[in-house]
Amino acid sequence: MFDVLERKMIVPNLHQLTVLAPDVAKVIEPGQFVIVRADGNGERLPLSVADWDRASGALTVIFMEVGASTGRLAALMPGDRIPTVVGPLGRPTALDRFGTVACIGGCYGIGSLFPAIRALHEKGNRVIAFMEARSGYLHYWQERLAPYCQRLFLITRDGSAGIKGHAGRIADVLREEAIVPQRIFVNGCTFLIYKASIELARFDVPVIVSLNPIMIDGTGMCGVCRVTVDGKTRFACVDGPDFDGRQVDWAELLKRRKQYVDEEAFLVHDSGCGRRHP
Amino acid sequence: MSDGKTLDLERQEMPKQPAHVRRSNFEEVALGYSTELAAREARRCLRCKKPFCVSGCPVEIDIPGFVGKIAQGEFAAAIRILKEKNCLPAICGRVCPQEEQCEKSCILNKKGAPVAIGRLERFAAEWEAVQDRIEIPAAAAPTGKRVAVVGSGPAGITVAGDLILLGHDVTVFEALHEAGGVLTYGIPEFRLPKAVVRREIRYIQSLGVKVIPNYVVGKTCSLDQLLERFDAVFIGTGAGLPWFMNIPGENLNGVYSANEYLTRMNLMGGYRFPGSNTPVKAHRRVAVIGGGNVAMDCARTALRRGAEEVSIVYRRSRDELPARLEEVENAEEEGIVFRLLTLPLRLLGDESGWLREIECQQMELGEVDASGRRKPVPVSGSEFRIPMDACIVAIGNSPNPLIPGTSPDLACSSKGTITIDEVTGRTSKERVWAGGDIVTGAATVILAMGAGRIAARSMHEFLMQGR
Ligand SMILES: Cc1cc2nc3c(=O)[nH]c(=O)nc-3n(C[C@H](O)[C@H](O)[C@H](O)COP(=O)(O)OP(=O)(O)OC[C@H]3O[C@@H](n4cnc5c(N)ncnc54)[C@H](O)[C@@H]3O)c2cc1C
Ligand SMILES: Cc1cc2nc3c(=O)[nH]c(=O)nc-3n(C[C@H](O)[C@H](O)[C@H](O)COP(=O)(O)OP(=O)(O)OC[C@H]3O[C@@H](n4cnc5c(N)ncnc54)[C@H](O)[C@@H]3O)c2cc1C
Ligand code: SF4
Ligand code: SF4
Ligand code: FES
Repeated sequence: MFDVLERKMIVPNLHQLTVLAPDVAKVIEPGQFVIVRADGNGERLPLSVADWDRASGALTVIFMEVGASTGRLAALMPGDRIPTVVGPLGRPTALDRFGTVACIGGCYGIGSLFPAIRALHEKGNRVIAFMEARSGYLHYWQERLAPYCQRLFLITRDGSAGIKGHAGRIADVLREEAIVPQRIFVNGCTFLIYKASIELARFDVPVIVSLNPIMIDGTGMCGVCRVTVDGKTRFACVDGPDFDGRQVDWAELLKRRKQYVDEEAFLVHDSGCGRRHP
Repeated sequence: MSDGKTLDLERQEMPKQPAHVRRSNFEEVALGYSTELAAREARRCLRCKKPFCVSGCPVEIDIPGFVGKIAQGEFAAAIRILKEKNCLPAICGRVCPQEEQCEKSCILNKKGAPVAIGRLERFAAEWEAVQDRIEIPAAAAPTGKRVAVVGSGPAGITVAGDLILLGHDVTVFEALHEAGGVLTYGIPEFRLPKAVVRREIRYIQSLGVKVIPNYVVGKTCSLDQLLERFDAVFIGTGAGLPWFMNIPGENLNGVYSANEYLTRMNLMGGYRFPGSNTPVKAHRRVAVIGGGNVAMDCARTALRRGAEEVSIVYRRSRDELPARLEEVENAEEEGIVFRLLTLPLRLLGDESGWLREIECQQMELGEVDASGRRKPVPVSGSEFRIPMDACIVAIGNSPNPLIPGTSPDLACSSKGTITIDEVTGRTSKERVWAGGDIVTGAATVILAMGAGRIAARSMHEFLMQGR
């Protein structure tokens, strides 16, 4: 069993959950994920890890409440215990000293990209970060990210904070500011990583996206997470979750992602990024 | 026991749920012998001086011994004999391919009526469970040695069970949230009730084995890190990597690997949906590609989930079906359609990405191939399409590369299996043993257990004598 240390809603519908998982916290690297179950009867939910403390064993995820299972996670309180936190799964994000990097996070991806941003900064990269959301009240963790970013742009679709626009605007901003990224990282809902992959392909550098297909075991056993990348079938849980978004077969991925979700729920999760909270 | 003159060739059938009833429930198909039936069957055994049956059993159970005790009504003694060689009789009695092993070698098989050894084994194990007086053997004094077992399938359970009794401190690490390996996530409830598997896991825990679920060796910690904390390590991680056919359309929605389908149903409790939280699609027409036990399990599961038509699509003929005959017959009785000599060419979907049709080709049998079976060859111009809304690919699994991939000094074959010394189960790496499907590729429960037993013996020797 794993102790819940903290659970709070940080912006409408997005929750920050910290659990005690020392074995995982000790070895996790940026870009990896865990699978959690909220209760003994629950589904296995893959969630990217947004922060950790190797010494105390605390592990933080940011998740969006979209359905039954995430709903159960959202009801957790400190002192509760959950039966499964397994990981770290997936390959760590390949980090290096690239020079200038553009890091784009939206929805839970703002949090899940934070470890990579921190590590990229520590490796001596010039980090240009973008926080994407529908509206300004959906941004979070600015103060956490800021120390590691040379520039931190806010983008909102309704223009309520920072630049007005969506993922497509990012390419323009980079050009206007004469920033030439040597590598681009994008985390967030499927819609964002898909859009960004298309729009940013013109920079002719890898657009590393963290894919989030449906998963069960997370160890390469079931094959439900298969995606086509560069014409080949890959298992996102063991070969990814990071891939070059320019090579991903998005049409296929978008359809597979929808298998167990009715149209409406999918839209809420993947492009609403913050269903208005009651 | 027979009187030595007349042979009793009337093999006692085991009562089964009728096909029309069982095809819509997940309860066990075979109901087990009553005490009376068991005794009657046991009395057919000739108690041969040279029992051929024993040589047919990979773990060499004293078959005349335990069968004789059942014949005498001494069930506790029967189970004790079984457990000397086999710590999982309730499981093996159900899922061993007996017709290929012990029963095939039974002298009465010459007359077409081998003693129903598997059914008797199952009977004895159930008797013990019902008594609720599982005997806990005396364990040796603690040795102070620590052993890690990676994977909680039959190979790992056997190693753990053997070594704990020899006084070692044993910890089993399991990647999933529940122990049991394929017994838990693969073989369906109607063939092997999960309560039986849980009982066996609880049993080794009651002996003192620590089972740590949610722990992926190679990820949560490396093999080398395990070796820092333990004196010896056994790897029994199975053959869990699913094969696909590599034909167009395989990534359409509605196309599953057998592992995914069975895991959703078993481990995630999908067969109880909506009582559980695992969504399971209701499919009307389901095709299962492949002809082994795994394919039969998928087909029969899909039927129980309410599919109107379930077919097995297999490229050879009925004679070549690798599944156990009993399972093929069960499937036929339940109404599974066998589309034999049929090879899928591609899967076709609709615009939202769901499977709609399978394009197949008719095959015919040609020359005998390397596997000793007649090779299927395509009949040209015979392409045809079958409407389907789900397809389960059950054409095999290979070993999971997670541990070999993160331990470069562990010698492996080109097929990804871990290479061992067959006599001891030792790998090329110091203090590391391996066995089960990770060594042989997908095989059987009893072979995995047998491998576990060999490794346990060698590990014990090493732990006590340092070599
Ligand atoms: C590697 C990876 C990392 C992820 N990281 C995060 C993260 O940090 N924060 C976050 O909010 N979300 C993340 N996701 C997505 C998250 O796992 C899904 O949103 C969540 O599983 C949906 O749960 P639900 O039952 O509440 O949603 P519902 O919308 O009710 O889902 C309905 C059904 O769809 C299926 N389903 C949908 N998406 C998934 C999925 N990805 N995996 C398994 N089943 C799925 C489930 O069977 C579920 O019951 C990640 C996904 C992956 C693969
Ligand atoms: C559907 C199906 C039906 C079958 N029917 C029969 C039958 O009727 N009769 C029969 O004899 N055989 C049958 N088999 C085959 C039999 O189940 C296997 O041969 C046997 O289970 C192999 O045992 P094992 O201990 O080697 O591995 P497994 O049972 O595969 O167990 C391996 C365990 O290791 C875990 N693991 C893997 N990697 C890691 C890691 N890195 N860290 C921690 N844990 C890990 C896995 O999660 C798994 O629980 C069937 C198989 C399937 C799939
Ligand atoms: S373990 Fe399997 S092969 Fe051996 S006697 Fe029992 S059923 Fe037969
Ligand atoms: S070979 Fe058959 S008859 Fe002889 S001892 Fe074995 S089970 Fe009994
Ligand atoms: S989640 Fe099962 S193989 Fe990736």
